[in-house]
Amino acid sequence: MSTALLIDIILWGSVAAVGFIAYRRGRTVMTTSLREGALDFINIVPRIALGVIGSGYIAAVIPQQVITGWLGPNSGWLGVLTAVIAGAATPGGPVVGFSIGAVALRAGGGSPQVLAYVVAWALFAFQRLLLWEIPFMPARFVWFRAAVSVPFPFLAAAIAMAIGRP
Amino acid sequence: MSERPLKSPAPADADDEPRPGRARKPVGWSMITIAVLVAVSATLVWRRDGLSGVLDILTHDLTLFGGILPRVLAGCLLGAFIAEILPHEKVSRSLGPDSGLKGLLIGAAFGAILPGGPFTAYPVASALLTVGADFGATIAMVVSWTLIGYGRAVAWELPIMGTDFTLWRIVISLPLPVLAGAFGRFVYVRMYPKGKGS
Repeated sequence: MSTALLIDIILWGSVAAVGFIAYRRGRTVMTTSLREGALDFINIVPRIALGVIGSGYIAAVIPQQVITGWLGPNSGWLGVLTAVIAGAATPGGPVVGFSIGAVALRAGGGSPQVLAYVVAWALFAFQRLLLWEIPFMPARFVWFRAAVSVPFPFLAAAIAMAIGRP
Repeated sequence: MSERPLKSPAPADADDEPRPGRARKPVGWSMITIAVLVAVSATLVWRRDGLSGVLDILTHDLTLFGGILPRVLAGCLLGAFIAEILPHEKVSRSLGPDSGLKGLLIGAAFGAILPGGPFTAYPVASALLTVGADFGATIAMVVSWTLIGYGRAVAWELPIMGTDFTLWRIVISLPLPVLAGAFGRFVYVRMYPKGKGS
């Protein structure tokens, strides 16, 4: 788990760097930031507790085989559409999304379809919108961003079909 | 304060900056939705696997939660510091509505190098909006973080999906953040033709 450690180091290093800049700007900047950050944290923890602790149950009951069965290499654009909807509907963290993608690939899913699935899931998985984005950002922005993102899994699939990769 | 309107209360176009401080939302419908979903799923797991199945998942997820918690704190602090120290004027010039392609590229680059997970990306994106970035540049940043950012790719995608798929997925995704940002801007100016003042 050295990558996790590395990411932690980069993360806290960045916090220290911007914290140092804030400190140089003066005491009020420093204390305001700390207070705002702490309030955000306190506000967000219950949501994350619910989401993280609960998502294991959601992941345990979704029928993975059903999802992966729809993404075969001959499923064409209908398969891509299915993949996008499935990606948006997939709950849980990165393990769930990527695992379903990996299972689909191994079970003979088409690459463009699996790609569309992964991209759609990354862009607008419904649970992530509710759990992570809405608490942190203005709701208007979240829905706007999600709506604007809808064409892009299709574009990614089209590129994949055109270049014949991955 | 347990319910919020579905749409944010039509922000008067003249000045819709939620300053000072970001609006903190109490328990809302999004959390209730998740809670219901979790309760139903947990019941299903209990009926299928019994109490031990429920406890297994609970222990696993509690461990996960414990590991994430410090990073959430780091993300919140990062967002708060960035909101305080970034000069608003400069941000609105380089990431604002008139920043053009350059603003989208800066947003996308920023999203790609941003460390951490959702606990970093979203507070920082929110901070950028607060200090004058427009929807387009912020979309470029969020989309870039989610599709090109190395954090999730290295930690999860590479081991689970394999190198070949991951690398091609990233290569194909490279143009998407800027396109999404440009598309967002295109739609935004038509949805809110009055713009955000200034």
